[in-house]
Amino acid sequence: MNLHVPQPIVSVRDLSVHFHSASKIISAVNGVSLTVARGESVALIGESGSGKSVTLRSLMRLHPEKTTAIKGRIEIDGADVMTMSSSTLSAFRGSVTSMIFQEPLLAFDPVYTVGEQIIESVRRHCRLSRKDARAVALEALRSVRIPSPEQRLEAYPHEMSGGMRQRAMIALALACKPRLLLADEPTTALDATVQIQILLLLRELQREMGLSIIFVTHDIGAAVEIADRVAVMYGGRIVEEAPLATLLANPCHPYTVALLSSRPEGGLSKGSRLETIPGSPPDLSRLPEGCAFAARCKYASEACKKSFPGRVAVSPEHYVSCHRFPESA
Amino acid sequence: MNALVTPDLGGPAQPLLKVSSLVKHFPVKGPLGKKAVVRAVDNISFTVQKGETLGVVGESGCGKSTTARVLMQLITQDRGELIFDAAEVNSHQLPLRDFRRQVQMVFQDSYSSLNPRLTIEQSIAFGPRVHGLSPAVALARARELLAKVGLEPVRFAGRYPHELSGGQRQRVNIARALALEPRLVVLDEAVSALDKSVEAQVLNLLLDLKKSLDLTYVFISHDLHVVRYMSDRILVMYLGEVVEIGPAEALFTRAAHPYTRALLSSMPSMDPAQRTLASPLTGDPPSPIDPPSGCRFHTRCPHAEAACRISKPLLFPTGEHHEAACLMSIPSSGHSRSPRGDQSMRHTP
Repeated sequence: MNLHVPQPIVSVRDLSVHFHSASKIISAVNGVSLTVARGESVALIGESGSGKSVTLRSLMRLHPEKTTAIKGRIEIDGADVMTMSSSTLSAFRGSVTSMIFQEPLLAFDPVYTVGEQIIESVRRHCRLSRKDARAVALEALRSVRIPSPEQRLEAYPHEMSGGMRQRAMIALALACKPRLLLADEPTTALDATVQIQILLLLRELQREMGLSIIFVTHDIGAAVEIADRVAVMYGGRIVEEAPLATLLANPCHPYTVALLSSRPEGGLSKGSRLETIPGSPPDLSRLPEGCAFAARCKYASEACKKSFPGRVAVSPEHYVSCHRFPESA
Repeated sequence: MNALVTPDLGGPAQPLLKVSSLVKHFPVKGPLGKKAVVRAVDNISFTVQKGETLGVVGESGCGKSTTARVLMQLITQDRGELIFDAAEVNSHQLPLRDFRRQVQMVFQDSYSSLNPRLTIEQSIAFGPRVHGLSPAVALARARELLAKVGLEPVRFAGRYPHELSGGQRQRVNIARALALEPRLVVLDEAVSALDKSVEAQVLNLLLDLKKSLDLTYVFISHDLHVVRYMSDRILVMYLGEVVEIGPAEALFTRAAHPYTRALLSSMPSMDPAQRTLASPLTGDPPSPIDPPSGCRFHTRCPHAEAACRISKPLLFPTGEHHEAACLMSIPSSGHSRSPRGDQSMRHTP
């Protein structure tokens, strides 16, 4: 392996995910390419139905195989996820890549204690004795700053508060020391005061464990607190991708610009109107041929309706897919 | 000529709604089957002025939504009274039926708050029909309202709730709330479930309607950016109590209560160079079943002292129209940082 160019932890090429239902095909993801470096945290930002969660779940192949058509290449930590057998896949889940979800109450099994669930996962993935696994579970709860962790091992999920449950889920996800953490809106259901605690915790854990994180959110504020790089999704595609500071200072895609200015931020004077994006997000079963944002875009031209714009580097590491930034330029 | 219009009784100086000493406890089974109560709303008082937007913020479980439901009289309070434009609510002066016509509510979940078996125009016309308008007039008004909230009546009037997007459904809910020409609209997390780009559309709509229909809003949200943008005054709740109330800008720039300051600094910064370094509060709010003694915030407050565990601070003026319930703002309260008695009353006229 070349030591000077470290292999990225995640490399996704031309991922497309389509769901088949009785009457229609939902094109949730339509050609996503994404690279995540080791130790990097990338935020996927988008509205509901933009394909961000579907992309994330595809990385662990969590979608039901019968009704889902996945195409493209997914490589995580050098292994090809698409060709994994089901036994390799279950060894890979939890030990290399782990996931945390928006609603920990639904992610935990309500009839087992939190400790039992962490111990089960540790024993399955790290092949430890019950006693050793318990020690690992205790350490995991301690690492996410849960007070009195010995007692919390014996607690059932419903006995914990929302913030505590989210910490316990992070402990469960990180107990086997994975290299990549996939976070699907982990702070959306939490109060602002608890959200900031969880974001800070993830940031500390990332530093301590050298973790890579893909963080899916619709809240730009949360992304600002945690991400090194941001990818903005719309209609199942990444429309803009840049380091966080670059994206905030110089958003290029009209959707990103609109998204950033539709937030009622502090400086906005009372009575001034918010910038809005007319219309609503596209119907994923009937995506237009060209740019999915064209119908809502004030700069849309004929070209936008005909073809999807290619990915253009506007500056190093800053990519945008929009016909206003032609490929030749 | 309009059958539903209600006159302004007390004039503009009279508060539209005056809430005094409101208490609402819910009985629950405590540990070991003992009886206990959730002190959802514990003795709160405030006023809503005519034509203003009063924002209400606080963490989940602080009593925001219970307050909203009591304001609407969807649940009745255990104690305390509501005075709506000088008339006591649920008295012979102002029976509930008349009160509810003047106060309407929009809920967070746009889908479950609409009847799935009614077309949206029927849903909107339902209230006016109950209040005595003929079906034809009520339907005509429903279509007018649909146009007002930005849904073309020709395209949308006959649709069912499941045929609309979340943003469109919330517009229907707003139209329905306006169908009885209310004077006060309670918006309980009305935009929280919407995508950001749609949220901005609905916020603009709410501001336009407020201006053109001369409405008063009680705007409840956990998103402080949105509350600041919408509100004239803001009320901060913690564990069933009001801890601070004041003009929106004063509250954001000169918050007097440590809890308000913690809430404000919990907002993610939008500047990657100035990320939050330490979380302003640790842990979750204590249980409203057995709230802490004295000041309920003392268990999480960085400035808590012995006095805070013992004496309960009441709202005290800290600026113009600005009050906070903190011993540090109350003269001679026993807290080491409390202002000295002789200087204390300076701001109050």
